[in-house]
Amino acid sequence: MALEVLNFSVSIGEKEILRDVTFRLERGETAILMGPNGGGKTTLSFAIMGHPKYNVSGRILLDGEDISELPTHERALKGLGLAFQNPVEIPGLRLSSLLNAISIKKRTGELDMSKIDPKVIVWAGRKLGEVGLDRSFLEREVNIGFSGGEKKRSEIVQLMVMDPKYLILDEPDSGLDVDGIRIIGNIVNDLKANGKGILIITHHAEITKFVKPDKVMIMLNGSIAEEGGVELIEKVESKGYKGYER
Amino acid sequence: MKRLGSPIELTKEKELKEVMEEKGVDELLGKAKEYKKEIEIRGKIGRDLIEEISKSKKEPRWMLNLRLRALELFEKLPMPNWVEGIESIDVEEFYQYVRPEAQPVEDWNQLPDWFKEYYKKLGLPEAEAYALSGITTVFDSENLVTKVKEELKSKKVIFTSMDEAVQRYPEIVKQYFSRIFPMGDYKLAALHYALWSGGAFVYIPRNTSVINPVEAYFIIGSELEGQFEHTLIVAEDNAKGETSYLHFIEGCAAPVLKRFSFHNGMVEIYAGRNSQIYFTTLQNWGKSIINFNNKRAIANENAHVEWVEGSIGSKMTYTYPATILKGRGSTTRNISVGISNGPYIKDVGAKAIHVAPDTKSIIISKSISSGGGLATYRGLVKVLKGAKRSFSHVSCDSLILDEKSRAYTLPRNEVDEPTATVSHEASVDKLSEDQLFYMSSRGINEGEAKALIVNGFIREVLKKLPLETVSILTKVIDLEFSEVGGVG
Repeated sequence: MALEVLNFSVSIGEKEILRDVTFRLERGETAILMGPNGGGKTTLSFAIMGHPKYNVSGRILLDGEDISELPTHERALKGLGLAFQNPVEIPGLRLSSLLNAISIKKRTGELDMSKIDPKVIVWAGRKLGEVGLDRSFLEREVNIGFSGGEKKRSEIVQLMVMDPKYLILDEPDSGLDVDGIRIIGNIVNDLKANGKGILIITHHAEITKFVKPDKVMIMLNGSIAEEGGVELIEKVESKGYKGYER
Repeated sequence: MKRLGSPIELTKEKELKEVMEEKGVDELLGKAKEYKKEIEIRGKIGRDLIEEISKSKKEPRWMLNLRLRALELFEKLPMPNWVEGIESIDVEEFYQYVRPEAQPVEDWNQLPDWFKEYYKKLGLPEAEAYALSGITTVFDSENLVTKVKEELKSKKVIFTSMDEAVQRYPEIVKQYFSRIFPMGDYKLAALHYALWSGGAFVYIPRNTSVINPVEAYFIIGSELEGQFEHTLIVAEDNAKGETSYLHFIEGCAAPVLKRFSFHNGMVEIYAGRNSQIYFTTLQNWGKSIINFNNKRAIANENAHVEWVEGSIGSKMTYTYPATILKGRGSTTRNISVGISNGPYIKDVGAKAIHVAPDTKSIIISKSISSGGGLATYRGLVKVLKGAKRSFSHVSCDSLILDEKSRAYTLPRNEVDEPTATVSHEASVDKLSEDQLFYMSSRGINEGEAKALIVNGFIREVLKKLPLETVSILTKVIDLEFSEVGGVG
């Protein structure tokens, strides 16, 4: 079972951002997607998730099911999760309310605003502790006043509540100190051990100190330039992305 | 269930939900039912018409004279031009008086079947049984069911229809009726006094606290109909160190109508010394109703008046509850939550007039516009010279959920007292595509995301409201956006 992205091309208006991207992410597999800024990595994550602003051709299969035409929230409910690189602020909405809503929607398929599941809140409070956030974050408005690192940690907890089959983590290691990256890395290893497929997008590969990827892909100018094993990380670290320039 | 005093909450949830999901809030009552009318009066608004209404009510002469004075003012005053949408209203297009063929009763079961069904759908009999100390319902122009329960009787609180009060308590009515909201205030206030019919009257003796709320519920049953109900609440002056308390809830609904109907209601509150009057409006008119709700209170020494307005339904709503802080140390709080979801207008606000020293007003307004809606806050804080050490704070927040919708904030402060403290804050938030995408990536669809954000937006306000109000508001907002509003 796998997440398959097939002949994926993405544009906004006249501007083509991704061209003919194809890859496969197995369950229980960790893949790293590396590349310079502006190479199309975040666009890829948004387009897989179904952001309405893109024109997309190509297909996405989730465990063999074509989800290319589904709206974003249905993709999420089918088991696709995205941790944002720059998550937006949502004034007025408490993190606990969001986590509660995510959990109720996931389990029942509909959202009844008057239902509160105290177990989820307690569980999420514990998970916040595990990623190094104080429980008081539950009462904070989503992402408001969070530091870069706090946002990353909060994203991970949201995904844990969603419990998706495949996770895309966009720059989970930026804005975090080494201890923070270690925590996230350990969680990724646990998720992998539990059979999740994980795609980590990064441009400097800090997280690979803690996560040993099964696969590494290099993305440049909207295409996957090379796919291989950990040796590609060493190649990029010693030579940069220059080696890929045409 | 039992602790809730809300008519909507008590409606069988599943049924309510089905209706909402298919059609929207305005179809709560379903299609308008045919019913017989005993009297229908429509025509040129003049002396003949008003005499006819007064006669059919067998009113005393002094009330007819009051109506005729109001008529004169109506004829003289200009149509208000300060609000959007008002130009489309032709007051002579509506039936000015409609009396359904049904006798006023004290028991739901004595109602004809078609009315019974309406009230059942609204859950009023259950609400009355579990949570209220009294209820009166106005259907078209007349009160239908009025129920006064033991708490009110034993405490000698008068609770009756406004028309009956005119007959039975003329001295009290003469003393207060039209003395709090003057008929010359503007054209539609004068029209209200010329045509008023139905409504509630409450008289609270000194040192008396009513524990369970009383409720008035208004239904407009047909299209092209005018409803001019009048509510008058009088709390006597209390002895020093004593207090009195009342929570009055008003609700309203209309079935689906093909053409418009017009509601031009009024509330007058006289809050005597040391009294505390809480007035909650859950405005959930159908989308065919043009709604004017004129509200004014006078607060005597150390009295507290609180207005809460949940303004959800209607095609257009214009309401600016006002408190005149006449007695030293009197206070008022005004909380409004307005939602314009669809091509509808909410022009709501608050007025606080500080006349006496050491008076205090707090005004909190939250407005939400979506699907092409227009939400306006329009307010006035006036501090007269001599109202020393008065304090006023106004905060208005608007949330705009899409590009088609608009929100305006129009506060006005007139301060003639140098020792007064008057402050104002306002904010406007706009729901962005990025926020929607973020929430949908978590499995939450657009409608649900809007409902969540709206709930978050008004959370602080909800904390300040009576419990029975909160559950209804939350539910209505949930339904308004979860299914219906999602496509807007």
